[in-house]
Amino acid sequence: MLETIFAWETLTSAIRMATPLAYASLGGVFSERSGVVNIALEGIMLFGAFFAAVGTYFFKNPLIGVLFSIIAGTIIAFIHAVVSIKFKVNQIVSGTALNMLAAGGTTFLSRLIFKAAGSSPHIEGFTPIDIPIISKIPGIGLIFSDLSPLIILMLVIVFMSQYILYKTAFGLRLRAVGENPQAADTLGVNVYKYRYIGVLISGILGGIGGAFLSLEHARVFVENMTGGRGFIALAAMIFGNWKPIGSLGACLLFGLAEALRMRLEGVGIPTQFIQMIPYILTMLVLAGAVGKSTPPSADGVPYEKEEI
Amino acid sequence: MEEIIRLEGITKYFPGVVANDNVSLTIYKGEIHAIVGENGAGKSTLMKIIYGLYKPDKGEIYINGKKVNINSPKIAISYGIGMVHQHFMLIPPFTVIENIILGSEVKNGISLNFKKAEETLNDIINSLGFKIDLYEKVENLSVGEAQRVEILKLLYRRAEILILDEPTAVLAPQEVEELFSILRKLSSQGKTIIFISHKLNEVLNISDRVSVMRRGKLVNTVNTKETNKFELAQMMVGREVFLKVDKAKREKGEEIFRVEDIWVRGRKGLDVVKGVSFNIREGEILGIAGVEGNGQSELIEAIVGLLPLKKGKILFKNKDITLERIRQRRLYFGHIPEDRHKRGLILDFSVAENCILGLHYFDRFSKGIFIDYSKVYKHANEIVEKYQVKTPSIKIPIRNLSGGNQQKIVLGRELSFSPDFLIAAQPTRGLDIGATEFVHQLLVDLRNQGKAVLLVSADLDEILNLSDRILVMYNGEIVGSFSQSEVDEKELGYYMTGVKKQTELKEALI
Repeated sequence: MLETIFAWETLTSAIRMATPLAYASLGGVFSERSGVVNIALEGIMLFGAFFAAVGTYFFKNPLIGVLFSIIAGTIIAFIHAVVSIKFKVNQIVSGTALNMLAAGGTTFLSRLIFKAAGSSPHIEGFTPIDIPIISKIPGIGLIFSDLSPLIILMLVIVFMSQYILYKTAFGLRLRAVGENPQAADTLGVNVYKYRYIGVLISGILGGIGGAFLSLEHARVFVENMTGGRGFIALAAMIFGNWKPIGSLGACLLFGLAEALRMRLEGVGIPTQFIQMIPYILTMLVLAGAVGKSTPPSADGVPYEKEEI
Repeated sequence: MEEIIRLEGITKYFPGVVANDNVSLTIYKGEIHAIVGENGAGKSTLMKIIYGLYKPDKGEIYINGKKVNINSPKIAISYGIGMVHQHFMLIPPFTVIENIILGSEVKNGISLNFKKAEETLNDIINSLGFKIDLYEKVENLSVGEAQRVEILKLLYRRAEILILDEPTAVLAPQEVEELFSILRKLSSQGKTIIFISHKLNEVLNISDRVSVMRRGKLVNTVNTKETNKFELAQMMVGREVFLKVDKAKREKGEEIFRVEDIWVRGRKGLDVVKGVSFNIREGEILGIAGVEGNGQSELIEAIVGLLPLKKGKILFKNKDITLERIRQRRLYFGHIPEDRHKRGLILDFSVAENCILGLHYFDRFSKGIFIDYSKVYKHANEIVEKYQVKTPSIKIPIRNLSGGNQQKIVLGRELSFSPDFLIAAQPTRGLDIGATEFVHQLLVDLRNQGKAVLLVSADLDEILNLSDRILVMYNGEIVGSFSQSEVDEKELGYYMTGVKKQTELKEALI
């Protein structure tokens, strides 16, 4: 059993499992840094996964699939943004409604379009890439070979986001409206604009995260295939203290848990217990992280402009 | 003198009230112009109109003689108007420099150019003669420093007119002096300062001219040199005001309350009250002075039972009550909490229901497990009558009452079971002069009846006026103890800011 766990394959599989989480988690960072709680990420991922499959299936091109997932994610995020920013509806309620819409909607559309219950036909994802030279090193090279371009893109976006959030005027303003929108407003920063941008970015990223699941991971769309990953991504965001690199770290941890789950199936422990691993880890991590990590002060609080 | 702002006939209606009633006012370039008035007199509304946060219903604003239309703070800023709000508009986890440049960032490609901003800021800071670490997080700053960040924010945006809304309300006396020295320098650099306050001593100290507002109207504008405290107070209130409360001398009475070597751990896990001991005897008011955040709140919370004690003893009439539960303890003393909205009232409950909070289980208010509302209403009516609470009905949510009337309900409730000991934390915060007078008189009356009062206040005038003995808290400790006659505001200030400390606290336990 130990050889099963301590293998390079566990790490490559952890990174693969972490990737969709990292996209969604990063989306959560942008949304919540701007002050909008986005539990609709679960639904956004599911829509992303579904439309990536649709795009790829009909155009025979995974790039179109990803584009579809981005559009779908953005539309759902836009609904969430309008409802929670403009109409100031409770953001948890809005998110929950969208998640239910996603669960039912994608199942319905899937059966309508693919004419089959349960899952879509097989789809072709991206051609994997080997990183030159490093991938040839025995052992560790395994991590750098056979990589999905979406994994590389994820890493680029995470580090870029860290820079954008902390070193640019855009990032400063986005974080400001999530901390103290009134202060930002008095300095002429358009609170609503930055909140819309934050939520829409979460739609784009959540959509790509979903696309990874159907295109790269399963090579098929399965009904409700996100299985709570949107929520695990939010847990990672909290554990990562609402920071891009921190969230990535947390996602790798959760990815590792999922990798272990897969590798441990069939070693004799009842699978029900094995399958609990990622979720139990989520709970443990959250129990430990809450109170220690600090959310943006105005996270989840609609902004009411003082105007009489 | 050159005029910089002229207001003509500014009128602003809010539902049910005229917040500003035909206000006309001229402000000259380079002057420090104070605007005084009671809460609700319309000072803040007028300033928010100048700063573009409110739109006036009538009237015109001229800047440098030209008529302008200020629809938003952004436009106000472009006319060189800046405002330091009463509640700071800062982002605690951001650094000083991030707070300052937000919204007017200097860029270097797509990145923020902190170096360039730093140069501009250092020039300003040097010209004003103070120091501040631009890369420190704002959450680690003192209140005085945070206020300087607010002022820097305005100057960085090249503000020529600075509006400060009650800037001294949260400062210790020495910090007030520092602020005033900055304001004087700014004024000598040709900046115009509008200073809102209701502390008349400060207004007389800092301003060139004073405008007095009452009930939305501008009563008068006078030269500071030609007026005095009593005249201003009279203009503010519209009648003669008694700024001092008369107290009869009393003999030393029996001890009512005592705490011994109290230690309290704060919510962040650090000790915030460190070995505090004092006692209070019947017929006296013990005042605790101190800059807010030095452990006073936690001390009170520990005494009433909201925070656990780490160590120490609490005695009421020589009986150890340290381990008693809140419901038991509550009957020993009345408690006016420092934040009446959070701890004193439930804003969406009716006035009558608020009159029995925490006393609801008394036989006199209940029938078995049910509340007997006829008795509750009778009780509430008694309080309303006795304390002259202005309310259209005792059945409306208490949210609709003014701060002064809300506080009277808290007082009425807490005194309704005739406790021998009253804990009053910031009892007049946010109240107007009339209500403040009322509360002060009530506390002194209690003292004169032989009850004990613990008064915690950030308002030194209040402490000095009412207390028989004064303790100063700094950084969780009692650092000074005085009898009323032996100390003044300035001396207290040294203890409040940690400059001085007594080795022997001879007035803490008597």
